[in-house]
Amino acid sequence: MNASFAIMISVIMRDVRLGWSQGGTGTMSLSFFFIAVTLFPFGVGPEPQVLTRIAPGVIWVVALLACLLSLDRLYQADYEDGSLDDLALSPAGLLPVVIAKILAHWISTSLPLVLLSPLLGLLMNLPAEGYVQLVLSLAIGTLALSFIGSIGAALTVAMRRGGVLLSLLVLPLYIPSLIFGVTGIDAAIMGLDVLPHTALLSAITLVAVVLGPIASASAIRLALE
Amino acid sequence: MAIDQPMIELVLDSLACQRGGRPVFEGLSVRVKAGHLLYLKGANGCGKSTLLRILGGLLAPSSGTVSYDGTVLQQHDIPFSAYALYLGHQNALKPIWTLRQNCDALCRIMTGRDAPVERLLETAEHFDLSRLLDQPVRYFSSGQKHRAALMRFGLIDRPVWLMDEPTVGLDSKNRDALAGLMEKKLASGGIILAATHDPVAAAGTDFDVSAFAPASDNSGPFSSAFLEDWA
Repeated sequence: MNASFAIMISVIMRDVRLGWSQGGTGTMSLSFFFIAVTLFPFGVGPEPQVLTRIAPGVIWVVALLACLLSLDRLYQADYEDGSLDDLALSPAGLLPVVIAKILAHWISTSLPLVLLSPLLGLLMNLPAEGYVQLVLSLAIGTLALSFIGSIGAALTVAMRRGGVLLSLLVLPLYIPSLIFGVTGIDAAIMGLDVLPHTALLSAITLVAVVLGPIASASAIRLALE
Repeated sequence: MAIDQPMIELVLDSLACQRGGRPVFEGLSVRVKAGHLLYLKGANGCGKSTLLRILGGLLAPSSGTVSYDGTVLQQHDIPFSAYALYLGHQNALKPIWTLRQNCDALCRIMTGRDAPVERLLETAEHFDLSRLLDQPVRYFSSGQKHRAALMRFGLIDRPVWLMDEPTVGLDSKNRDALAGLMEKKLASGGIILAATHDPVAAAGTDFDVSAFAPASDNSGPFSSAFLEDWA
Protein backbone atom coordinates (compact mmCIF):
# COMPACT_ATOMS: atom_id res chain seq x y z
CA MET A 1 0.00 0.00 0.00
CA ASN A 2 2.75 2.39 0.99
CA ALA A 3 4.74 1.48 -2.09
CA SER A 4 1.66 2.05 -4.29
CA PHE A 5 1.18 5.44 -2.70
CA ALA A 6 4.83 6.34 -3.26
CA ILE A 7 4.48 5.28 -6.90
CA MET A 8 1.33 7.39 -7.33
CA ILE A 9 3.12 10.43 -5.92
CA SER A 10 6.07 9.75 -8.25
CA VAL A 11 3.78 9.53 -11.26
CA ILE A 12 2.09 12.80 -10.32
CA MET A 13 5.45 14.53 -9.94
CA ARG A 14 6.74 13.02 -13.17
CA ASP A 15 3.73 14.21 -15.17
CA VAL A 16 3.63 17.68 -13.60
CA ARG A 17 7.33 18.08 -14.40
CA LEU A 18 6.77 16.92 -17.97
CA GLY A 19 3.73 19.18 -18.26
CA TRP A 20 5.71 22.25 -17.30
CA SER A 21 8.88 21.41 -19.16
CA GLN A 22 9.71 22.60 -22.64
CA GLY A 23 6.89 21.79 -25.05
CA GLY A 24 4.68 20.63 -22.20
CA THR A 25 0.94 21.15 -22.03
CA GLY A 26 0.86 23.30 -18.88
CA THR A 27 2.22 26.51 -20.36
CA MET A 28 0.28 25.93 -23.56
CA SER A 29 -3.14 25.62 -21.88
CA LEU A 30 -2.53 28.56 -19.63
CA SER A 31 -1.52 30.88 -22.48
CA PHE A 32 -4.46 29.65 -24.55
CA PHE A 33 -6.83 30.39 -21.67
CA PHE A 34 -5.43 33.87 -21.24
CA ILE A 35 -5.38 34.81 -24.92
CA ALA A 36 -8.76 33.31 -25.80
CA VAL A 37 -10.55 35.17 -22.97
CA THR A 38 -8.75 38.37 -23.92
CA LEU A 39 -10.20 38.08 -27.44
CA PHE A 40 -13.80 38.45 -26.25
CA PRO A 41 -13.71 42.16 -25.27
CA PHE A 42 -12.27 42.83 -28.74
CA GLY A 43 -14.90 40.71 -30.43
CA VAL A 44 -18.09 41.77 -28.65
CA GLY A 45 -17.07 45.35 -27.91
CA PRO A 46 -16.06 46.98 -24.65
CA GLU A 47 -19.53 47.73 -23.22
CA PRO A 48 -19.23 46.83 -19.51
CA GLN A 49 -22.80 45.50 -19.25
CA VAL A 50 -22.35 43.09 -22.14
CA LEU A 51 -19.05 41.81 -20.74
CA THR A 52 -20.55 41.40 -17.26
CA ARG A 53 -23.43 39.40 -18.73
CA ILE A 54 -21.20 36.97 -20.63
CA ALA A 55 -18.20 36.84 -18.28
CA PRO A 56 -19.01 33.60 -16.37
CA GLY A 57 -19.93 31.73 -19.54
CA VAL A 58 -16.91 32.92 -21.50
CA ILE A 59 -14.43 32.08 -18.78
CA TRP A 60 -15.98 28.66 -18.24
CA VAL A 61 -16.15 27.75 -21.94
CA VAL A 62 -12.58 28.84 -22.56
CA ALA A 63 -11.38 26.94 -19.47
CA LEU A 64 -13.14 23.88 -20.86
CA LEU A 65 -11.47 24.27 -24.26
CA ALA A 66 -8.07 24.84 -22.64
CA CYS A 67 -8.51 21.59 -20.75
CA LEU A 68 -9.51 19.80 -23.94
CA LEU A 69 -6.46 21.18 -25.74
CA SER A 70 -4.09 19.35 -23.43
CA LEU A 71 -6.09 16.13 -23.09
CA ASP A 72 -4.96 14.36 -26.24
CA ARG A 73 -1.37 14.25 -24.94
CA LEU A 74 -2.45 12.82 -21.58
CA TYR A 75 -1.71 9.22 -22.55
CA GLN A 76 -0.55 9.60 -26.14
CA ALA A 77 2.90 10.99 -25.33
CA ASP A 78 3.61 7.98 -23.13
CA TYR A 79 2.04 5.61 -25.64
CA GLU A 80 4.28 6.85 -28.44
CA ASP A 81 7.58 6.49 -26.60
CA GLY A 82 6.65 3.18 -24.96
CA SER A 83 6.60 4.41 -21.36
CA LEU A 84 2.88 3.60 -21.14
CA ASP A 85 3.98 -0.06 -21.15
CA ASP A 86 6.11 0.65 -18.09
CA LEU A 87 3.32 2.56 -16.38
CA ALA A 88 0.90 -0.31 -17.03
CA LEU A 89 3.42 -2.78 -15.58
CA SER A 90 4.09 -0.76 -12.45
CA PRO A 91 3.58 -2.83 -9.28
CA ALA A 92 1.04 -0.23 -8.13
CA GLY A 93 -1.30 -1.43 -10.90
CA LEU A 94 -2.71 0.50 -13.83
CA LEU A 95 -5.71 1.98 -11.97
CA PRO A 96 -3.72 3.94 -9.33
CA VAL A 97 -1.33 5.04 -12.08
CA VAL A 98 -4.24 6.34 -14.16
CA ILE A 99 -5.66 8.22 -11.15
CA ALA A 100 -2.23 9.74 -10.58
CA LYS A 101 -1.92 10.77 -14.22
CA ILE A 102 -5.35 12.43 -14.21
CA LEU A 103 -4.56 14.31 -10.99
CA ALA A 104 -1.25 15.39 -12.52
CA HIS A 105 -3.13 16.64 -15.58
CA TRP A 106 -5.42 18.65 -13.33
CA ILE A 107 -2.53 20.07 -11.30
CA SER A 108 -0.43 21.00 -14.31
CA THR A 109 -3.12 22.41 -16.63
CA SER A 110 -6.30 23.26 -14.70
CA LEU A 111 -4.99 24.47 -11.35
CA PRO A 112 -2.95 27.37 -12.82
CA LEU A 113 -6.00 28.26 -14.86
CA VAL A 114 -8.19 28.31 -11.74
CA LEU A 115 -5.67 30.55 -9.99
CA LEU A 116 -5.47 32.91 -12.97
CA SER A 117 -9.26 33.15 -13.44
CA PRO A 118 -9.82 36.16 -11.07
CA LEU A 119 -7.50 38.19 -13.27
CA LEU A 120 -9.58 37.32 -16.31
CA GLY A 121 -12.75 38.05 -14.31
CA LEU A 122 -11.38 41.55 -13.90
CA LEU A 123 -10.77 41.79 -17.62
CA MET A 124 -14.36 40.68 -18.31
CA ASN A 125 -15.80 43.14 -15.78
CA LEU A 126 -17.11 40.39 -13.50
CA PRO A 127 -18.98 41.90 -10.50
CA ALA A 128 -17.17 41.59 -7.18
CA GLU A 129 -19.74 39.14 -5.78
CA GLY A 130 -18.86 36.57 -8.44
CA TYR A 131 -15.14 36.02 -7.77
CA VAL A 132 -15.29 33.53 -4.95
CA GLN A 133 -17.80 31.38 -6.79
CA LEU A 134 -15.81 31.69 -10.04
CA VAL A 135 -12.71 30.21 -8.42
CA LEU A 136 -14.68 27.64 -6.44
CA SER A 137 -16.77 26.41 -9.38
CA LEU A 138 -13.73 26.22 -11.67
CA ALA A 139 -11.75 24.33 -9.03
CA ILE A 140 -14.50 21.75 -8.58
CA GLY A 141 -15.61 21.67 -12.22
CA THR A 142 -12.20 21.33 -13.89
CA LEU A 143 -11.57 18.23 -11.80
CA ALA A 144 -14.57 16.64 -13.52
CA LEU A 145 -13.26 17.86 -16.89
CA SER A 146 -9.94 16.07 -16.34
CA PHE A 147 -11.53 12.84 -15.09
CA ILE A 148 -14.17 12.68 -17.87
CA GLY A 149 -11.67 13.78 -20.51
CA SER A 150 -9.30 11.04 -19.47
CA ILE A 151 -11.79 8.45 -20.77
CA GLY A 152 -11.77 10.08 -24.19
CA ALA A 153 -7.99 10.42 -24.14
CA ALA A 154 -7.60 6.74 -23.27
CA LEU A 155 -10.02 5.66 -26.00
CA THR A 156 -8.18 7.66 -28.68
CA VAL A 157 -4.65 6.94 -27.44
CA ALA A 158 -3.68 4.73 -30.37
CA MET A 159 -5.03 7.08 -33.04
CA ARG A 160 -2.75 9.36 -35.00
CA ARG A 161 -5.26 12.20 -35.30
CA GLY A 162 -7.38 11.44 -32.28
CA GLY A 163 -7.83 15.07 -31.19
CA VAL A 164 -11.00 15.80 -33.14
CA LEU A 165 -12.65 12.52 -32.21
CA LEU A 166 -11.65 13.17 -28.62
CA SER A 167 -13.50 16.52 -28.70
CA LEU A 168 -16.59 14.86 -30.17
CA LEU A 169 -16.55 12.19 -27.47
CA VAL A 170 -15.86 14.44 -24.54
CA LEU A 171 -17.54 17.81 -25.18
CA PRO A 172 -21.15 16.55 -24.82
CA LEU A 173 -20.19 15.05 -21.46
CA TYR A 174 -18.91 18.44 -20.32
CA ILE A 175 -22.31 20.14 -20.72
CA PRO A 176 -23.67 19.39 -17.19
CA SER A 177 -20.50 20.71 -15.51
CA LEU A 178 -20.62 23.81 -17.71
CA ILE A 179 -24.30 24.51 -16.91
CA PHE A 180 -23.98 24.21 -13.13
CA GLY A 181 -20.63 25.98 -13.09
CA VAL A 182 -21.99 29.04 -14.90
CA THR A 183 -25.40 29.16 -13.17
CA GLY A 184 -23.59 29.06 -9.81
CA ILE A 185 -21.59 32.16 -10.69
CA ASP A 186 -24.73 33.89 -12.01
CA ALA A 187 -26.53 33.07 -8.75
CA ALA A 188 -23.66 34.53 -6.73
CA ILE A 189 -23.74 37.74 -8.80
CA MET A 190 -27.51 38.06 -8.28
CA GLY A 191 -27.10 37.43 -4.56
CA LEU A 192 -28.95 34.08 -4.61
CA ASP A 193 -28.07 30.84 -2.84
CA VAL A 194 -25.12 29.15 -4.59
CA LEU A 195 -25.32 25.90 -2.64
CA PRO A 196 -27.66 23.96 -5.03
CA HIS A 197 -25.45 24.75 -8.03
CA THR A 198 -22.24 23.94 -6.18
CA ALA A 199 -23.72 20.72 -4.81
CA LEU A 200 -24.82 19.54 -8.26
CA LEU A 201 -21.44 20.50 -9.75
CA SER A 202 -19.70 18.54 -6.98
CA ALA A 203 -21.99 15.56 -7.58
CA ILE A 204 -20.96 15.44 -11.25
CA THR A 205 -17.32 15.68 -10.23
CA LEU A 206 -17.69 12.83 -7.75
CA VAL A 207 -19.29 10.56 -10.35
CA ALA A 208 -16.49 11.44 -12.80
CA VAL A 209 -13.82 10.75 -10.17
CA VAL A 210 -15.25 7.26 -9.59
CA LEU A 211 -15.99 6.24 -13.18
CA GLY A 212 -13.22 8.05 -15.08
CA PRO A 213 -10.21 6.05 -13.88
CA ILE A 214 -11.96 2.67 -14.23
CA ALA A 215 -13.06 3.39 -17.80
CA SER A 216 -9.69 4.91 -18.70
CA ALA A 217 -7.72 1.96 -17.35
CA SER A 218 -9.87 -0.49 -19.35
CA ALA A 219 -9.45 1.56 -22.51
CA ILE A 220 -5.67 1.71 -22.03
CA ARG A 221 -5.48 -2.05 -21.56
CA LEU A 222 -7.29 -2.46 -24.87
CA ALA A 223 -4.92 -0.04 -26.57
CA LEU A 224 -1.83 -1.85 -25.29
CA GLU A 225 -2.99 -5.27 -26.51
CA MET B 1 21.13 -22.41 -3.71
CA ALA B 2 20.17 -25.37 -1.54
CA ILE B 3 19.93 -28.64 -3.43
CA ASP B 4 16.81 -29.92 -1.68
CA GLN B 5 14.80 -26.84 -2.59
CA PRO B 6 12.59 -27.27 -5.63
CA MET B 7 14.04 -25.33 -8.53
CA ILE B 8 12.20 -22.13 -9.39
CA GLU B 9 10.61 -22.53 -12.78
CA LEU B 10 8.74 -20.43 -15.27
CA VAL B 11 6.13 -22.69 -16.85
CA LEU B 12 4.16 -21.80 -19.95
CA ASP B 13 1.36 -24.29 -20.40
CA SER B 14 -0.41 -24.66 -23.79
CA LEU B 15 -0.56 -20.93 -24.43
CA ALA B 16 -2.56 -19.76 -27.41
CA CYS B 17 -2.94 -16.27 -28.74
CA GLN B 18 -4.98 -14.49 -31.37
CA ARG B 19 -4.22 -11.17 -33.03
CA GLY B 20 -7.04 -9.52 -34.94
CA GLY B 21 -8.97 -12.80 -35.04
CA ARG B 22 -6.01 -14.67 -36.54
CA PRO B 23 -4.41 -17.34 -34.38
CA VAL B 24 -0.70 -16.58 -33.96
CA PHE B 25 0.36 -19.66 -32.04
CA GLU B 26 -1.35 -22.39 -30.08
CA GLY B 27 -0.37 -25.16 -27.70
CA LEU B 28 2.84 -23.39 -26.78
CA SER B 29 4.35 -25.10 -23.73
CA VAL B 30 7.82 -24.67 -22.32
CA ARG B 31 9.51 -24.80 -18.93
CA VAL B 32 12.40 -22.51 -18.13
CA LYS B 33 14.42 -23.25 -15.01
CA ALA B 34 16.12 -20.61 -12.89
CA GLY B 35 19.47 -19.66 -14.36
CA HIS B 36 18.43 -20.45 -17.92
CA LEU B 37 18.20 -18.28 -20.97
CA LEU B 38 15.72 -18.97 -23.73
CA TYR B 39 16.28 -17.42 -27.15
CA LEU B 40 12.95 -17.04 -28.93
CA LYS B 41 13.53 -17.71 -32.61
CA GLY B 42 11.37 -17.87 -35.66
CA ALA B 43 10.34 -15.93 -38.74
CA ASN B 44 8.89 -12.42 -38.56
CA GLY B 45 5.30 -12.49 -37.39
CA CYS B 46 5.45 -15.90 -35.74
CA GLY B 47 4.59 -14.38 -32.36
CA LYS B 48 7.87 -13.76 -30.52
CA SER B 49 6.94 -10.24 -29.45
CA THR B 50 3.37 -11.34 -28.75
CA LEU B 51 4.64 -14.06 -26.44
CA LEU B 52 6.83 -11.56 -24.58
CA ARG B 53 3.90 -9.15 -24.22
CA ILE B 54 1.76 -11.97 -22.81
CA LEU B 55 4.47 -12.81 -20.30
CA GLY B 56 4.87 -9.15 -19.45
CA GLY B 57 1.17 -9.01 -18.59
CA LEU B 58 0.30 -6.55 -21.34
CA LEU B 59 -1.70 -9.00 -23.40
CA ALA B 60 -4.07 -11.75 -22.34
CA PRO B 61 -3.57 -15.19 -23.92
CA SER B 62 -6.73 -16.65 -25.47
CA SER B 63 -6.04 -19.87 -23.56
CA GLY B 64 -3.34 -21.49 -21.48
CA THR B 65 -1.58 -20.45 -18.29
CA VAL B 66 1.72 -19.00 -17.16
CA SER B 67 3.08 -19.91 -13.77
CA TYR B 68 6.16 -18.83 -11.92
CA ASP B 69 7.50 -20.73 -8.92
CA GLY B 70 4.35 -22.86 -8.77
CA THR B 71 1.94 -19.90 -8.75
CA VAL B 72 -0.39 -19.46 -11.71
CA LEU B 73 -0.32 -15.87 -12.82
CA GLN B 74 -3.60 -14.55 -14.06
CA GLN B 75 -3.74 -11.24 -15.70
CA HIS B 76 -4.95 -8.44 -13.38
CA ASP B 77 -4.98 -10.86 -10.45
CA ILE B 78 -1.37 -11.73 -9.69
CA PRO B 79 0.28 -9.50 -12.23
CA PHE B 80 3.27 -10.93 -14.00
CA SER B 81 4.84 -7.51 -13.68
CA ALA B 82 5.69 -8.37 -10.08
CA TYR B 83 8.17 -10.92 -11.42
CA ALA B 84 9.17 -9.72 -14.84
CA LEU B 85 10.95 -6.77 -16.32
CA TYR B 86 9.98 -6.08 -19.93
CA LEU B 87 11.66 -4.03 -22.62
CA GLY B 88 9.87 -3.77 -25.96
CA HIS B 89 10.82 -2.16 -29.24
CA GLN B 90 10.35 1.35 -27.93
CA ASN B 91 12.94 2.75 -25.57
CA ALA B 92 10.49 4.50 -23.20
CA LEU B 93 12.82 7.49 -22.73
CA LYS B 94 11.67 11.09 -22.43
CA PRO B 95 13.83 13.05 -24.90
CA ILE B 96 13.83 16.29 -22.89
CA TRP B 97 15.11 14.59 -19.73
CA THR B 98 18.68 13.65 -19.00
CA LEU B 99 19.62 9.99 -18.77
CA ARG B 100 19.81 10.28 -14.98
CA GLN B 101 16.31 11.78 -14.79
CA ASN B 102 14.97 9.07 -17.08
CA CYS B 103 16.48 6.33 -14.93
CA ASP B 104 15.15 7.90 -11.74
CA ALA B 105 11.67 8.27 -13.25
CA LEU B 106 11.64 4.62 -14.34
CA CYS B 107 12.83 3.38 -10.95
CA ARG B 108 10.19 5.47 -9.21
CA ILE B 109 7.46 3.95 -11.37
CA MET B 110 8.75 0.44 -10.74
CA THR B 111 9.80 0.66 -7.10
CA GLY B 112 8.62 4.01 -5.73
CA ARG B 113 12.22 5.17 -5.14
CA ASP B 114 15.00 6.85 -7.08
CA ALA B 115 17.65 4.72 -8.71
CA PRO B 116 20.37 3.94 -6.12
CA VAL B 117 23.28 6.19 -7.10
CA GLU B 118 26.04 3.59 -7.01
CA ARG B 119 23.98 1.16 -9.09
CA LEU B 120 23.14 3.90 -11.56
CA LEU B 121 26.82 4.77 -11.97
CA GLU B 122 27.81 1.12 -12.23
CA THR B 123 25.17 0.34 -14.87
CA ALA B 124 25.99 3.47 -16.84
CA GLU B 125 29.67 2.49 -16.76
CA HIS B 126 28.74 -1.01 -17.90
CA PHE B 127 27.04 0.33 -21.02
CA ASP B 128 29.68 3.04 -21.49
CA LEU B 129 27.21 5.87 -20.83
CA SER B 130 28.84 7.50 -17.78
CA ARG B 131 29.82 10.58 -19.77
CA LEU B 132 26.26 11.04 -20.98
CA LEU B 133 24.48 10.64 -17.65
CA ASP B 134 23.59 14.33 -17.44
CA GLN B 135 22.91 14.87 -21.15
CA PRO B 136 19.34 15.18 -22.40
CA VAL B 137 18.41 11.96 -24.19
CA ARG B 138 17.36 13.77 -27.36
CA TYR B 139 21.03 14.34 -28.21
CA PHE B 140 21.74 10.60 -28.07
CA SER B 141 22.35 8.49 -31.16
CA SER B 142 19.94 5.60 -31.68
CA GLY B 143 22.49 3.11 -30.37
CA GLN B 144 23.05 5.20 -27.27
CA LYS B 145 19.28 5.46 -26.74
CA HIS B 146 18.98 1.72 -27.00
CA ARG B 147 21.76 1.21 -24.45
CA ALA B 148 20.08 3.78 -22.19
CA ALA B 149 16.88 1.71 -22.43
CA LEU B 150 18.80 -1.47 -21.63
CA MET B 151 20.08 0.13 -18.42
CA ARG B 152 16.79 -0.78 -16.74
CA PHE B 153 17.99 -4.36 -16.48
CA GLY B 154 20.84 -3.21 -14.28
CA LEU B 155 18.71 -0.88 -12.18
CA ILE B 156 15.62 -2.86 -11.23
CA ASP B 157 15.59 -6.27 -9.55
CA ARG B 158 13.09 -8.68 -11.04
CA PRO B 159 13.74 -12.43 -11.40
CA VAL B 160 12.56 -12.69 -15.01
CA TRP B 161 13.83 -10.56 -17.90
CA LEU B 162 11.80 -10.25 -21.09
CA MET B 163 13.89 -8.72 -23.85
CA ASP B 164 12.49 -7.95 -27.27
CA GLU B 165 15.32 -7.58 -29.80
CA PRO B 166 17.88 -6.48 -27.19
CA THR B 167 20.79 -6.38 -29.63
CA VAL B 168 19.34 -4.12 -32.33
CA GLY B 169 21.73 -1.26 -33.06
CA LEU B 170 24.43 -2.43 -30.66
CA ASP B 171 28.07 -2.59 -31.73
CA SER B 172 30.08 -5.70 -30.85
CA LYS B 173 31.61 -4.13 -27.72
CA ASN B 174 28.21 -3.26 -26.27
CA ARG B 175 26.80 -6.59 -27.37
CA ASP B 176 29.47 -8.17 -25.16
CA ALA B 177 28.56 -5.78 -22.34
CA LEU B 178 24.94 -6.90 -22.65
CA ALA B 179 25.96 -10.55 -22.71
CA GLY B 180 28.03 -9.95 -19.56
CA LEU B 181 25.02 -8.47 -17.78
CA MET B 182 22.84 -11.37 -18.91
CA GLU B 183 25.37 -13.96 -17.72
CA LYS B 184 25.56 -12.27 -14.33
CA LYS B 185 21.77 -12.42 -14.10
CA LEU B 186 21.71 -16.12 -15.01
CA ALA B 187 24.44 -16.91 -12.50
CA SER B 188 22.32 -15.32 -9.76
CA GLY B 189 19.38 -17.58 -10.65
CA GLY B 190 17.45 -15.30 -12.97
CA ILE B 191 15.45 -16.33 -16.01
CA ILE B 192 15.81 -14.54 -19.35
CA LEU B 193 13.63 -14.78 -22.42
CA ALA B 194 15.03 -12.89 -25.36
CA ALA B 195 13.58 -12.59 -28.85
CA THR B 196 16.47 -12.03 -31.19
CA HIS B 197 17.75 -12.77 -34.65
CA ASP B 198 21.39 -12.05 -33.80
CA PRO B 199 23.57 -14.41 -31.84
CA VAL B 200 24.46 -13.11 -28.36
CA ALA B 201 27.51 -14.36 -26.51
CA ALA B 202 25.48 -15.50 -23.49
CA ALA B 203 24.81 -19.24 -23.60
CA GLY B 204 21.17 -20.21 -23.98
CA THR B 205 18.72 -22.59 -25.53
CA ASP B 206 16.98 -21.82 -28.81
CA PHE B 207 13.22 -22.08 -28.82
CA ASP B 208 11.39 -21.93 -32.13
CA VAL B 209 8.09 -20.09 -31.69
CA SER B 210 7.05 -20.70 -35.31
CA ALA B 211 6.79 -24.43 -34.53
CA PHE B 212 3.57 -23.59 -32.69
CA ALA B 213 1.93 -21.83 -35.61
CA PRO B 214 -1.59 -23.18 -36.16
CA ALA B 215 -1.71 -26.02 -38.66
CA SER B 216 -3.93 -24.09 -41.03
CA ASP B 217 -5.41 -20.62 -41.08
CA ASN B 218 -8.95 -21.95 -41.43
CA SER B 219 -9.98 -20.97 -37.94
CA GLY B 220 -9.80 -17.24 -38.70
CA PRO B 221 -12.91 -15.20 -39.44
CA PHE B 222 -12.11 -15.35 -43.15
CA SER B 223 -11.13 -18.92 -43.85
CA SER B 224 -8.91 -19.54 -46.83
CA ALA B 225 -11.76 -21.46 -48.50
CA PHE B 226 -13.89 -18.36 -48.15
CA LEU B 227 -11.18 -16.19 -49.65
CA GLU B 228 -10.68 -18.62 -52.52
CA ASP B 229 -14.35 -18.29 -53.39
CA TRP B 230 -13.78 -14.62 -53.90
CA ALA B 231 -10.60 -15.00 -55.89
